Amino acid sequence: MAVAAIELKNITKRFGNKVVANKNVNLSAYKGEILSLLGENGSGKTTLMNMISGIYYPDEGQIFINGEEVVIRSPKDAFKYKIGMIHQHFKLIDVFTAAQNIVLGLKEEGKFDIKSVTERVRAISEQYGFDLDLNKKIYEMSVSEKQTVEIIKVLYRGADILILDEPTAVLTPQETQKLFNVLRRMREDGKAIIIITHKLHEVLSLSDKVAVLRKGEYVGTVITADTDESELTEMMVGKKISLNINRSEPKNPVDRLEVRNLSCVNSEGVRTLDSISFTVRSGEILGVAGIAGSGQRELLESIAGLQPIESGEIIYHNPKTGSDDELRGKTPIQIRELGVRLSFVPEDRLGMGLVGNMDIIDNMMLRSYRRGRSMFLERKKPKDLAERIINDLEVVTPSAQTPVRKLSGGNVQKVLVGREIASSPTVLMAAYPVRGLDINSSYAIYNLLNQQKESGVAVIFVGEDLDVLIELCDRIMVISSGKVSGIVEGRGADKGEIGLMMTKVDGGASDENS
Amino acid sequence: MKTVEKHIKEPLFHITRRTDMAPLKAWGIRFLAIVAALIVSSLIIVTITKYNPIEVYVKMIEGSFGSERKFFILLQNTAMLLCISLAVTPAFKMKFWNLGAEGQVLVGGLASAACMFYAGDSLPSGVLIVIMLITSVLSGIIWGVLPAVFKAIWRTNESLFTLMMNYVAIQLVAFFIMLWVPNGSSVMGVINQRTGAGWLPEIFGQKYAVNLIIVAAITVAMFIYLHFSKQGYEISVVGESENTARYVGINVKKVIIRTMVISGAICGLAGFLLVSGTNHTVSKELAGGMGFTAIMVSWLAKFEPVMMIFTSMFIVFLQRGAGEIAMALRLNESVSDILTGVIIFFIIGSEFFINYKINKRSKAKEAK
Repeated sequence: MAVAAIELKNITKRFGNKVVANKNVNLSAYKGEILSLLGENGSGKTTLMNMISGIYYPDEGQIFINGEEVVIRSPKDAFKYKIGMIHQHFKLIDVFTAAQNIVLGLKEEGKFDIKSVTERVRAISEQYGFDLDLNKKIYEMSVSEKQTVEIIKVLYRGADILILDEPTAVLTPQETQKLFNVLRRMREDGKAIIIITHKLHEVLSLSDKVAVLRKGEYVGTVITADTDESELTEMMVGKKISLNINRSEPKNPVDRLEVRNLSCVNSEGVRTLDSISFTVRSGEILGVAGIAGSGQRELLESIAGLQPIESGEIIYHNPKTGSDDELRGKTPIQIRELGVRLSFVPEDRLGMGLVGNMDIIDNMMLRSYRRGRSMFLERKKPKDLAERIINDLEVVTPSAQTPVRKLSGGNVQKVLVGREIASSPTVLMAAYPVRGLDINSSYAIYNLLNQQKESGVAVIFVGEDLDVLIELCDRIMVISSGKVSGIVEGRGADKGEIGLMMTKVDGGASDENS
Repeated sequence: MKTVEKHIKEPLFHITRRTDMAPLKAWGIRFLAIVAALIVSSLIIVTITKYNPIEVYVKMIEGSFGSERKFFILLQNTAMLLCISLAVTPAFKMKFWNLGAEGQVLVGGLASAACMFYAGDSLPSGVLIVIMLITSVLSGIIWGVLPAVFKAIWRTNESLFTLMMNYVAIQLVAFFIMLWVPNGSSVMGVINQRTGAGWLPEIFGQKYAVNLIIVAAITVAMFIYLHFSKQGYEISVVGESENTARYVGINVKKVIIRTMVISGAICGLAGFLLVSGTNHTVSKELAGGMGFTAIMVSWLAKFEPVMMIFTSMFIVFLQRGAGEIAMALRLNESVSDILTGVIIFFIIGSEFFINYKINKRSKAKEAK
């Protein structure tokens, strides 16, 4: 058997004392082979690759290149061992041309000779089938062109082992095909290629082997030809675990919020939401499942009035007036003024939902400080609210005057959720409300959500743990690349089925042509 | 395998942020920093000048407290520095890096001087003073709000913008002095020396008393504004996290512009006080670098108006003391600058140890 171009043995990496990003990971990639590294978000794929490319240093374990043990302490070391990484976020200088970026940082003898650079880059381009204008500046380039520059950059440096971190996340299907053709040529040329992804059809169509990580642990490596989508999904999401979360039957559900053909484009021109349609009813929890970055954040922010919307409608059925209110194009304040009691627990708790350096009382005021005509703040009611939340939700804090950043993650979340439900909402949106929380705090949050549901609130719960979604939610909407791939009943939902829907490329059920 | 382990070395030190230092301990560290600064300064004094350091320090204190006049100069200078520090504080709290206080003060002062120059003989002094006040504040607002509008709408860099506005202000002052002083000396004498028109009156027999009262009032007002008003609350939210501000529906652009109106207005007012209440003339050096020193005063006080009384007084005390030892001991000005520099360096340096913890590589790992 040939010697692996790169082999990892028992690699472990911890952040702080608690978080284990990688635990005893074993991996080998061979020359002339494409290895896919598959795993959900947060499963440690990127951390692992960062250790190979010298950005992090492993706490335990060994790395072998061509059979010899090596120490990679910096990107420079990685370069020495001919490892090239193409990051998800490009590391290029905008005002430089492609050629300048390619040679940047190289210590070559003599002066910068654009002719010889051009010659060498042309040779590389022809060999692998790239198409690139070397004199174009980076800021004039499309995402796909920038990626091409990154790839040529590492090839120019003579990389034999290429690592690509989610290279297709930002590409159109045509560009993806082009990239895959290039990667196949590199494989023929004897390069070892590792591609990080969570798109199953890409894994199956491109790679020779698949290594799977789950929650930082190495699950195993399989040969692509011997496997199929459902086996990979199972390796990725694991077996169903019972959590015993309470779930009551929805009482008198009526349609509360209706989203019709909602589409969004972000500032880089990438489509983040593509004709999303769904309805949330009062007294139920609608789960939203999907790989992170599939449009969850954009969806909630558009409803909350924080995102420009390209097209579509967001209709609120007002239970008091009976009217149908259009929320599209309204600011958060205008939405409130309409009498829409919409609460939102954002994903970024301290960066969006709360102000870390302010105490609990001042954070309570965020939603209510405008009330009244006085130009001065009224701190009495927020103080009472803060104390009530501390009592009712058992927030562990020295006092209501403690800055929230000093609280633990679970207590921060209780403060945030407490404030959002204090305004007795009719729609409650929560993005990853139990992320990073311990078991007890998580259950406390599930209970709060269930109480809201029972009191007739329409709850939208964006989650990542499928077991939780299946046990907590009445219905689960699965989104993939900004599209709805399906809405399933929470009761009796199949984890593997949801996993498959999450990784489907075009969201639509018709896409099976990989 | 063992040979490889040898290469693996943790760095000797690594630095982590800390958030939990008790206020008392923090003040202890600051106190130690001053003690250390005095010791280091003593060594410098002994090696360079051969004077007894104690004697030098006594002279330094005399610079501010040696006579009633010196004490009032200390108060007056403190008031002006404090006033400008209060002006930049709301902007800095909002993370709007206003480096243009110097220029905002200057145009405020220029506006006052222009009123004194053109209307000194035609208007009663009381009316003139009111007009001077209004034009100064308006000029300060214009100088402050221009960069804010550009920042809010087109996301331009406010540090560069405000900084460049300083130079425009300096040239503007130079231009008007040329216009007003035909002899080409480029030095504006005291305006309305004979009539005293547009001069703030003496009260309690003290020339600077009005200045002190006005600045004291601004200090209280700023304290209340930042801590108890809705607008002050919005400034804090925008400064801490623009995302949170958007999330709760704060109009970030409006807050940026409104806050710079306030910042510019107080700077303009400071310019008025400097011209009408202190110098009775205008020059390119009217602000004398206070627009920049004020940033340090504000930061050292953690944007707390009451704390700024002490930090601004401390800075002025150092400056006055440095001047005094230069004169009394016939030392080169540079020596006193070195001493001031050392003391400020230690105080600012101590903030590093308050905010960060230095972890040394543990022995156990080293032995491995």
